Amino acid sequence: MSVTTSVRPSSGDATPATRPPYRVTGRRVLRSEWSKLWSLRSTWITLALALLFLVAFGIIAAARYKSSVTSGRQMDPDFADATALSLSLFGVPIAQLALGVLGVLVTAGEYSTGTIRSTLAAVPRRLPVLWSKSAVFGLVALVLSVVGVVVTFLVGSSIVSGTQAALTLSSTGVLRSLLGAALYLGLVGVIGAALGALLRSVAGGISVLVASLMLIPGLVSLLPKSWHQAIQPYLPSVAGQSMFDLHHQAHTLTPAVGLVVFLAWTALALAGAAWRLARSDA
Amino acid sequence: MIEAHQLTKRYGETTAVDRLDFTVRPGTVTGFLGPNGAGKSTTMRMIIGLDSPSSGTVTVNGRRYREHSAPLQEVGALLEARSIHPGRSAFDHLMAQAYTHGIPRRRVNEVIEMTGIESVARKRAGAFSLGMGQRLGIAAALLGDPATVMLDEPVNGLDPEGVLWIRNLLIGLAAEGRTIFVSSHLMTEMALVADHLIIVGRGRLLADTTVEELVRQADGSSVIVASADPARLREVLAGPGVEIAGRTGSEELQVTGLTARSIGLKAAEADIALFELTAKRVSLEEAFMELTKDSVDYHGTTEINRSAA
Repeated sequence: MSVTTSVRPSSGDATPATRPPYRVTGRRVLRSEWSKLWSLRSTWITLALALLFLVAFGIIAAARYKSSVTSGRQMDPDFADATALSLSLFGVPIAQLALGVLGVLVTAGEYSTGTIRSTLAAVPRRLPVLWSKSAVFGLVALVLSVVGVVVTFLVGSSIVSGTQAALTLSSTGVLRSLLGAALYLGLVGVIGAALGALLRSVAGGISVLVASLMLIPGLVSLLPKSWHQAIQPYLPSVAGQSMFDLHHQAHTLTPAVGLVVFLAWTALALAGAAWRLARSDA
Repeated sequence: MIEAHQLTKRYGETTAVDRLDFTVRPGTVTGFLGPNGAGKSTTMRMIIGLDSPSSGTVTVNGRRYREHSAPLQEVGALLEARSIHPGRSAFDHLMAQAYTHGIPRRRVNEVIEMTGIESVARKRAGAFSLGMGQRLGIAAALLGDPATVMLDEPVNGLDPEGVLWIRNLLIGLAAEGRTIFVSSHLMTEMALVADHLIIVGRGRLLADTTVEELVRQADGSSVIVASADPARLREVLAGPGVEIAGRTGSEELQVTGLTARSIGLKAAEADIALFELTAKRVSLEEAFMELTKDSVDYHGTTEINRSAA
C-alpha cells in the first residue's frame, strides 16, 4: 500500500490513520459545557436578573439609609448598625436564589429535556461532565458576582459617604468581605448544579436548594437554645454569611472557618452528585 | 462491530433484556426487530453506556463504549427519545457535541448539509417538526464520522419522503463499509433495508437470521387446492409429513408438506380435475408475527380474523 497522505504518528490506537484523530479531553469537555451554557436564552435572562438584584437592591438600600439619615426621622431598626458594606450586600440573598436556580437548571435541565443522553453519549465517562459544568458555571457566577458587588459597593458607598455608615474600598475588611460575598455566590451556583445533578429534577433541585439556604436556619432556631447555638453557625447559609461579615461576632465563625465549612457543604453536594451520576442509569 | 454476550438488564422483578447474544457485523444493515417492549431500546442504551447491564457485556469494536478515547467516532446513535434541549439551536447542539471531541466546525456544517436541515439550523430545536427533529438526531449521530451507526426506530412518525430518505441513507452508509444497526417494530420496513435480522421478544433472542432465511423457515408453504373429488384427493396426497385440512362438503383442501407442483402432478396421475391450486406464501409480516406471537406484551382486544372462512 502506498502512502498517499501524511500519516500521523500512530498513538498505538486501533483507529486507522486515515480517520481524523478525534479525542475527548478535559479541556474539550469544558469548552463544550461553556458553549452549552451560553447557547441558551435562559442563561442570559437569569444572569441578568441576578446582576440586577445584586446591584439594584444594594443601591436602593443605600439610598433608603441615606434618606432616613438626612430626614432626621427615627432610624429604621434594620439600619441601626448598617455600614456601606452591609447595605451594598443587601441583594445577596436574592441574587443567590437566581444563581442557585440557574445552577440547578444547568444540570437538572439536561434530564428534563433529554439532552443528558447526547451529553453522556459524547462523554461516557460521565464525571468530567459534572466537573466541567460545576467549574464553568461556578466561575461565571463568581465573575458576575465580583463585578456586581464591587460596582454596588462603589455606588452605595458614595451614596452613604458622610454618614455613620461610610466606608471605602480600602477600609479594613471591605475588600475581603466583597470577595467573600462573591465567592459565596459562586459556590451557591456550584451547589445548585450539584443538587440538580443529584436529584435530576428541576423542581426537586430548587426545593432542596431553597430549603437548605432559607428554611433550615429558621427551623433550627426552634430547637432548644444550646443545640441551636451549636448547630446554627455551621449551616450552609450561616457559614457562608460569615465569609462576608465585616466584623466577626462571638456567635459566628471567622471568615476563614466559614469559607472552609461552606466549601465542605459544596464538596458534599458535589460528592452526592458524582455518586448518582456514576452509579445510576441516565 | 457490536458484540453482546449474555447481555441482561433487570429492573426489579422485570427482566427487560434476557441473556442476549448477538453480533452486528460491518458492511451490512442489521435490523433489530421486536414488538414494542421487547427490550430493543434498553439494549441500545446499554451499547452506548447510558444504562449499565445487570450482567453480561456488550462491546463496540472490541471495547466497552466508555473505554474509547473518541466514543462518537466509534458509534453514532440516534435514540428513540428526544435528546436535544428545545431552547438550543440545531447548530449549537451539534457544536456542543463536536467540542467534546475536537471535531471541527467544518464537519458540523457538513452533517447539517448532509441531513438537509440548513434552513432551520439556527432555529430553536423545540420548534422542529418530527421529521426535522429526526434529521437533526441523525446529523448528531453522523457527527463523529462513526464506524458504527445505531438508530432506534428512525422512521417512526416520518412522512413517506422521510422514510425513503432514511432508507437510502442506511443503504449508503452500509455501502461505505459502516456497521449499521437499526431497530424497528415494522417487519416490512426492515425487509427493505436489512440484510441481517436480530429478532427479540420479551428481552429474549428469538432469531438471528437473514431476511430470506426467515421467510423460508416461517413459510409453512401451505397450498389451497380445490378439486372435483376432495375425498379421493386426500387419499392420493396422504403420506409422511403431509397434513391435509378441509371441511366436509367443501371442495377445498389446505395441504402442507407438499409443493403446489407435486400436488398438481399427483392429481393428474389420479385423474382428478383441479379447479384451483394456490401456493399460499407467508409474508414477512406474518413470519414475524408468528415468531413473536408469544412475546407480545399488549394484545389488541379486537383480533383480526385473517383466516376467515
